Amino acid sequence: MKYLDEYRDPRIAHALVHEIARRVTRPRVLMEICGGQTHTIMRYGIDELVPPQIELVHGPGCPVCVTPIEIIDKAIAIASRPDVTFVSYGDMLRVPGSSVDLFHVKARGGDVRIAYSPMEALKIARATPHRKVVFFGIGFETTAPANAMAVWQAQRERLKNFSMLASHVLVPPAIRLLLRSPDNRVQGFIAPGHVCTIMGFQEYEELVRDFRVPIVVGGFEPVDLLEAISMLVAQLEDGRAELENQYARSVSRAGSEPAQRLMRQVFEVADRKWRGIGMIPASGLRLRPEFAAYDAEKIFGLEELSADEPKECISALVLQGLKKPVDCPAFGKGCTPEQPLGAPMVSSEGACAAYYQYRRIL
Amino acid sequence: MCLAVPGRIIDTQEIGDSRIGRVQFGGVTRQAYLDFVPEANVGDYVLVHVGFAISRLDADEAERTYQLLDKLGQLQEEGLA
Repeated sequence: MKYLDEYRDPRIAHALVHEIARRVTRPRVLMEICGGQTHTIMRYGIDELVPPQIELVHGPGCPVCVTPIEIIDKAIAIASRPDVTFVSYGDMLRVPGSSVDLFHVKARGGDVRIAYSPMEALKIARATPHRKVVFFGIGFETTAPANAMAVWQAQRERLKNFSMLASHVLVPPAIRLLLRSPDNRVQGFIAPGHVCTIMGFQEYEELVRDFRVPIVVGGFEPVDLLEAISMLVAQLEDGRAELENQYARSVSRAGSEPAQRLMRQVFEVADRKWRGIGMIPASGLRLRPEFAAYDAEKIFGLEELSADEPKECISALVLQGLKKPVDCPAFGKGCTPEQPLGAPMVSSEGACAAYYQYRRIL
Repeated sequence: MCLAVPGRIIDTQEIGDSRIGRVQFGGVTRQAYLDFVPEANVGDYVLVHVGFAISRLDADEAERTYQLLDKLGQLQEEGLA
C-alpha cells in the first residue's frame, strides 16, 4: 500500500543501520515516546538491528498504560449501573482496576461496548434515548480532537443522554518530568509523530532549548524509526541539540489548526495523575465547565476514589524508561497479557506486552 | 492507540456541519471525518485515526524523503557509503 510499503523496504532499512553504525562512536541512550513506535521497534526487532552502542528505552506514550487506576475504577462503577451503556476503545476493557476490569463488568451483564470512534457512541446515544450512553474518552493529543468533536456535536444536538468520562494526557509535560529526573539517562528523544501531526512541534523546540537535548519527530514504520535514530545519532556525534522532523510527510511545525481549536473549545489543561508515575502538573485535559452537562464524573457524582497498584508490578519504572520489562520478576510469570498485573502488559502498545509478544524466549 | 492509517479519499459530502469522506485503505473503504484537514480533496492521501483524518500526506515531501533514502540504499549496495 502506498505510504506504507516503501517505509518497510529492507534494503533502505539496512542502509540506515549501516549509516548508524558508521556514525556512532560511544554508547547512546535514546527514547521513543509513543507506544506505537515501541510496538514497531519490537515487532521488527529494530533494537537488535542497530549497533550494540545504541540502547532504546521505551517511553510513557501508551494512554491505556498511564490512565490512572482511579479512573478505571470510576469507569467500572459507571459501567456497572443498569441504566448505562458504556462505550470504550477496545484496549481499555482488560486494564485492571483495583479489583476487576471492564470485561468483568460485561461478563456480569453490564452493557459495555467497544467502539472504533467516539462518533459511534453518539450514534448509540441517538438510537437509544432511554439509555445513558457514556464514552470513555482517553488518549493523547492525537485522540483529543476526535473526542472533543463528539462532545461538541452532542451539545449542538442537545443530546441529553450522552456524556464522557474524560482522562486525556499531554506528552510534553511528561518528557519534561523525565528530563528533570536525576535518574535520567536519555540523551535523545523520538517525538511522537501523530501527536505532533495534531499539535505541531513548537512545544518540542522549547524542550530542545531548555534541556539542550536532541529531539527528532518520528514516524511509525521501520524505515521511519531507523531514520529518526540515524538523525539523533548524527546530532549527538556532531554535538548538536536541535529539533528535526523526520515525519514531514504528515507533520508541520504548526500542526492542525482546526483540530487544536476544537480541543481548546471543549477541553482545558489540568493537573493529571499518570498511572505508575504520579501527579504531573498541567499534564492533562478535562472538559471545560461549559460542557459540565456532558461530564460523566459530574453527572454520576463519583467521589474521589483512591486505589493502590499491585506491589510486585514495576510498571512505574518501565514507563519512565528506567527498567526494561524483562527486569520485572513477574514478567511472563505472574503477569501475562491474559492475567496482567499492570497496564503496560495489556495494550499491544505497552512495552511489557510488546516484549511478551515478540521476545518471549529470553 | 495513536495508530493512524494512510488511505485515499474517493469522495466527500457535507453532513450537518461536517465534511465526511469515503477513504480507501487497500481493499477496504471506510468513512472518515475531514474537519481537521480542510485542505484535503478527492484523490489525496490522508492519515486516519479513530474515524478522523488528522493530516493530508504531503506527496512531495514523501517523494523527497524516499528519493533520499533510496539513494542511501543504492550507495550502500555499490559499497560507496
